[in-house]
Amino acid sequence: MFGDYSLGDLGSIFVMQGFAGLILFSVYVLMALGLAIIFGQMGVINMAHGEFMILGAYVTWMTSNLFQTYMPGLFGGYFFLAMILAFLASGALGMLVEWALIRHLYKRPLDTLLATWGLSLMLQQAYRSVFGAREVGVELPQWMLGSLQVTSSIEVPINGVFVMCLTVLITIAVAYVMYKSRWGRQVRAVVQNRIMAGAVGINTEKVDRYTFGLGCGIAGVAGSAFTMIGSTGPTSGQLYIVDTFLVVVFGGAASLLGTIASAFSISQTQSTLEFFMSGSMAKVLTLLAVVGILMLRPQGLFALKVRK
Amino acid sequence: MTDNRFFNRSELIGILVLAVFLVVVLPLTLDVFRLNLVAKYLTYAFVALGLVICWGYGGILSLGQGVFFGLGGYCMAMFLKLEASSVENTKIQSTPGIPDFMDWNQITALPFFWKPFHSLTFTIAAIVLVPGIFALVIGTAMFKRRVGGTYFAIITQAVAAILTILIVGQQGYTGGINGMTDLRTLKGWDIRPDHAKIVLYFFEVGCLFVCIMIAQFVRHSKLGRILVAMREKEDRVRFSGYSVANFKIFAFCIAAVFAAIGGAMFALNVGFMSPSFVGIVPSIEMVIYTAVGGRLSILGAIYGTLLVNFAKTSLSETFPELWLFGLGGLFIAVVLAFPNGLAGIWGDYVQPRIDRLIASRKPKPDGWTDSSVADGAPAE
Repeated sequence: MFGDYSLGDLGSIFVMQGFAGLILFSVYVLMALGLAIIFGQMGVINMAHGEFMILGAYVTWMTSNLFQTYMPGLFGGYFFLAMILAFLASGALGMLVEWALIRHLYKRPLDTLLATWGLSLMLQQAYRSVFGAREVGVELPQWMLGSLQVTSSIEVPINGVFVMCLTVLITIAVAYVMYKSRWGRQVRAVVQNRIMAGAVGINTEKVDRYTFGLGCGIAGVAGSAFTMIGSTGPTSGQLYIVDTFLVVVFGGAASLLGTIASAFSISQTQSTLEFFMSGSMAKVLTLLAVVGILMLRPQGLFALKVRK
Repeated sequence: MTDNRFFNRSELIGILVLAVFLVVVLPLTLDVFRLNLVAKYLTYAFVALGLVICWGYGGILSLGQGVFFGLGGYCMAMFLKLEASSVENTKIQSTPGIPDFMDWNQITALPFFWKPFHSLTFTIAAIVLVPGIFALVIGTAMFKRRVGGTYFAIITQAVAAILTILIVGQQGYTGGINGMTDLRTLKGWDIRPDHAKIVLYFFEVGCLFVCIMIAQFVRHSKLGRILVAMREKEDRVRFSGYSVANFKIFAFCIAAVFAAIGGAMFALNVGFMSPSFVGIVPSIEMVIYTAVGGRLSILGAIYGTLLVNFAKTSLSETFPELWLFGLGGLFIAVVLAFPNGLAGIWGDYVQPRIDRLIASRKPKPDGWTDSSVADGAPAE
């Protein structure tokens, strides 16, 4: 199958394919970060995670429309405001959902799956009623269009680079919040031993609510970033949810490093395989490999050692 | 608390009521179109029945029942498709005698795994064995390594995703996204006209009752009690010397086979099979039918399936905008307020009143236990 290509071509193909894999990696990391917090730390199965992302995407779309109509001069920078708004909107909705729904179900983790599935159906219909059934695309500012010409045969799209930089920034921010800040320590204390954390004076209910809000907020930012590379429809969220859960489970729930490592291995496997076979078969093989490894190593790649 | 007979009195009454409802009331009151719709809903009831054993009793939530539904359905559909693609029916194709979608995809010979499906006996065996063995493999791999709960749910979900992508991607072998359409005859007997639909409906109801009896048997035997014990305190059962994994595998396999029978009935009754009944969304919907009906109640799961599907059909007919809101709200309400579904409401509120009414008329006979008590308290 390599006969038709020269060595230089092959090199460029692998670099391009690797780069496509890196964009996929950024997408997976962005999606999985929020879920790793909610599922890994809190044990809640949030099937509506995709819908929180879509909310972020719609907020971004609305912001870009606002800028286009009222502040065309500032259009180049709308994205930064949109991201903050997406974070706030999804985070606020997340906290509302935690208060109304999730906090009643902490003792029944499998039931959170059903309840959030119901929630995701309602959110999908809400999006369809408000924004219409058609997919919407965001118009990119001028500086994000085009691509960087690295060599004569390798070119790299700027929006992809932007999404990757964004991913790195958000990952560092999440790592800082979870591992260095006082609040992050409280979260991890509650996860490891809820009763003891409560006994030393941590308001566990509040920590739960903000943790869930943070996870959903990151989902919103992820959705906002997705508008850079694709369009958004009411049911787009459902497409991502299984992949995202697999990334989190494969990495080992509750391990940030594991989430990143699993996102990297899954995305690189898939984009490399995509070069050799159809996209759907590449996906099947990747998922099969993930499921197979999970059967051998049920706790995921990076299992957190805690006493149960 | 459970007596050794398969039924106590109230369960027997419940099954008889369901039998009268399905065999007499519905066929007399509904036209053939609606009856066929009920037949379609009942195919999901098989899945729900399996989930009662696997999820309600075994505590194993599988989000991949669509896989088994699909495997059963595709086995049946392959047989029917081969029969519909006889040489004289397909003589306009470039290669007559193979299914039309293969011809469109430039496949000129029947693939090897299609060939045995010329035989009805093989097909019937495959409907039970293929999903059964598949469930056995997954179950053994997972439960022997003590993967359970959430992780099991997510992995089964991934399996559903894999199968859907595979079916859609391998268009030449599976019919792709359209699935297998235009199924016509079963051993030369046309399955499309009205009278055939009625016969198939009764056949399906018969199969459903066989499955109900099997589920009853599992529930009332020692096996059922071990399953409940396992759900409540898995470690204690393990320390008592039982092989927890084997019981879980058994419950999972039973659920898989029930789902596959449902899928085969679907292909027969509805006349086609497509990947849209295999994936994650239908799999979760099937779990939700069980949750709404009551995960601990065999009859509840069947009523739940019928009710949710009726609601879905009628709501989406009259208020296409609202039905997702309604459905989503229903699930949230059931999970939050009635963890045991409609059967829980029946057992907690209605049945005690009826029992009191009966008890006030005549003294209670010995050995008659209230079924809501015999079912045991739900897992919290």
